[in-house]
Amino acid sequence: MKDLSGAQTVIEAKGVGLVFETGDGPLQALKDISLTIERGEFVSFIGPSGCGKTTLLRAIAALEYPNEGTLTVNGMPPDKARQSRAYGYVFQAAGLYPWRTIAGNVQLPLEIMGFSRAERAERVARVLKLVDLDGFGKKFPWQLSGGMQQRASIARALAFDADILLMDEPFGALDEIVRDRLNEELLKLWAATSKTIGFVTHSIPEAVYLSTKIVVMSPRPGRITDVIESTLPRERPLDIRDSAEFLEIAHRVREGLRAGHAYD
Amino acid sequence: MIWAWGSLAFWALATALNVWLARAHSRNRAVRLFIPALFGATLLLVWEGLVRSLGVSPVILPPPSMIGVRIAESLPILWADFSQTILKGALSGYLIGCGVAVAVAVLIDRSPFLQRGLLPVGNFVAALPIVGIAPILVMWFGFDWQSKAAVVVVMVFFPVLVNMVAGLKATDALQRDQMATWSASYWQGLFKLRMPAAMPFLFNGLKIATTLALIGAIVAEFFGSPTRGMGFRISTAVGQLDLPLVWAEIAVAAFAGSAFYGLVAVIEKGVTFWHPSQRGRA
Repeated sequence: MKDLSGAQTVIEAKGVGLVFETGDGPLQALKDISLTIERGEFVSFIGPSGCGKTTLLRAIAALEYPNEGTLTVNGMPPDKARQSRAYGYVFQAAGLYPWRTIAGNVQLPLEIMGFSRAERAERVARVLKLVDLDGFGKKFPWQLSGGMQQRASIARALAFDADILLMDEPFGALDEIVRDRLNEELLKLWAATSKTIGFVTHSIPEAVYLSTKIVVMSPRPGRITDVIESTLPRERPLDIRDSAEFLEIAHRVREGLRAGHAYD
Repeated sequence: MIWAWGSLAFWALATALNVWLARAHSRNRAVRLFIPALFGATLLLVWEGLVRSLGVSPVILPPPSMIGVRIAESLPILWADFSQTILKGALSGYLIGCGVAVAVAVLIDRSPFLQRGLLPVGNFVAALPIVGIAPILVMWFGFDWQSKAAVVVVMVFFPVLVNMVAGLKATDALQRDQMATWSASYWQGLFKLRMPAAMPFLFNGLKIATTLALIGAIVAEFFGSPTRGMGFRISTAVGQLDLPLVWAEIAVAAFAGSAFYGLVAVIEKGVTFWHPSQRGRA
């Protein structure tokens, strides 16, 4: 499946800037962002609150529109890419509809995109298995734990089989034990599906553990201070986090955050 | 005098029993139904006892037994009045008024112009006194149930509209962003997200509207009606000093109103089973 010969650019940003009009005047949320993401990469965006990492992800998803520069997804403007179902988006909160069962929630985007009933059932069963939720399809979201709800929301983003998965601090609200497990499962899922993943986080260990590329950002205005290509192998057991290599990358991320005055 | 003391003694005993039951056995479903039933029975008995022993004139306040007898005697009249006022006037007006309110709420939600223009007008109409508009609507739509339904439409429209408009705004930014990431159309967003999310709000309005519908349909008959209907019967029976019949109509109205409200509440429970306010009551 994977094209190993020539890397294929999936997301490309050139000099992207974005200004929000607020009550206190204009706010430069992103400034001069240039970045390329290749097919099959796992890219983390890390930085403190207000550094624009979520805004950048939202701009890629055409939920915000940049004022300057060019941003393309699969060679198209972001909103065209969205209409061609280029990506699935996982938000900070699971945001499942309480009046729908887990299976009903997962098939919601499929209903909207007009998949046939049989295909919906087949896809729902497959992605629920993928996130280890088979047997929970008939439950309602409020009957499940927070971690299971977030897994269901990942299943929902996977259901229509987009090549790109954008995740905005999907595990931010979960406790560390659950988060570790979901991180591990996410890596397996990535290996199994060979998707391109954009992942926003403010946890250094999470970013280093998951990513092939770490984008370090800093606030006021939101900009990129460092892009780190991870040297870790693709196959990553949890205890890789104690290795010297891991700690070295984590150190470099921390340095990048400090250089951007992220700790001010 | 035996009636007065007897009923007061029963009241004391029943209250003691109820307090004990409520404290000790309130988890039991049968007991939870029994407590209000006993309370109601006590109220009727004390009423009966005091009215009889103090020799109150039936014109002022008839004893409940007399009202019960009157209900049993006049079942055909009561049924005719019930079907004229509740089934034809109130119910059809309720369905039309609530249906139009939901449709207008969707329009208002879509257009900022209507939001600014129509909501204040709705507010204005809701503030009109029913005794003022009822005679006018009777002039317009005739004496029969159609004019009563029109009064009911005017009365239920605004509370349902306001609740539905609020309900359609009840989704949060995250849910709307999700719909955007799936490139959902306006109608898909409306039917798959915003309508279901608005249901708890809508049912608040629908429940308020049940009582308003009854009041509207009954009061509107005071301003002209065929020779049947609950409002017509109440106003003529008062003129004939036939107070037991007035009370009989009031009892029917009270039961119909409670049943109507209860029916809407049961439907609400089925539709909004997922809402935190309903989940605990499974």
